[in-house]
Amino acid sequence: MIPLSYYLILSGIMFLTGVIGVLLRRNIIIILLSVELMLNATNINFVAFSQYFHNVAGQVFVFFTLTVAAAEVAVGLAIIIALYRAKSTINIDEFQLLKW
Amino acid sequence: MEQVFFFYFAVVIAATSVLVVALRNPIYSTLALLIMFFHVAGLYVTLHAEFLAAVQIIVYAGAILVLYLFVVMLLNLKQDVRYHRQWPMAAAVGVILVIEAVVLTAMKGWTTPAVAAGTETAIAGAGNTEAIGDVLYTTYLFPFEVASVILLVAMIGAIILAKKDIGEREA
Repeated sequence: MIPLSYYLILSGIMFLTGVIGVLLRRNIIIILLSVELMLNATNINFVAFSQYFHNVAGQVFVFFTLTVAAAEVAVGLAIIIALYRAKSTINIDEFQLLKW
Repeated sequence: MEQVFFFYFAVVIAATSVLVVALRNPIYSTLALLIMFFHVAGLYVTLHAEFLAAVQIIVYAGAILVLYLFVVMLLNLKQDVRYHRQWPMAAAVGVILVIEAVVLTAMKGWTTPAVAAGTETAIAGAGNTEAIGDVLYTTYLFPFEVASVILLVAMIGAIILAKKDIGEREA
């Protein structure tokens, strides 16, 4: 039996990698991929706790997370295509219309 | 044996998630994410969540990743400068988060909390898929319907956003 804390540390590492990827990279696609990393980290937590507490509700929540992730990808990639059409780049340094 | 599987999956997941962030070419990053999704599915199998493992492969690896690859290849990107101008800020935030995680782990120790009484649902007899379906269509019926509305909104939103000139055709 693997201790629960091992799963928590693994998902912590994944989540940190995702956060650093969002902050560090300038390619919008990589930023969306980092968001996927963070969502997967939370999913691992949900499933680990579900197994630990013998409660299937955690797995149902993973299901909902998956739905939201799919919606996020569809809308996010549509936004990226619209941005690329407007500026011919997906480097986020170029998109600063709303910055002050 | 269980430990061997867990550490194999954990090491591969951690390594590929670092690769996703560190690789320069978006296609390689996406493929690293694909490997990570498969290993997360393997981790779900070791956690006795077989249904979620199948869904992980079908939805994440089969649908979401293909969508990413499609967009990466559609945009035909040149390799750009890797890191953002604000990287010192990002490094500072990352270091702070790592310290916080280490401190929290060290403070709580390696003890695991006791299982709260009354939270257990009987899933021993039924299979995993059956148990999930049972809970999903009774307790979580309303969130399930909301999820379908979210998918509908995402579909309409994606079509409208990606369409070039809606309403001004032949203009």
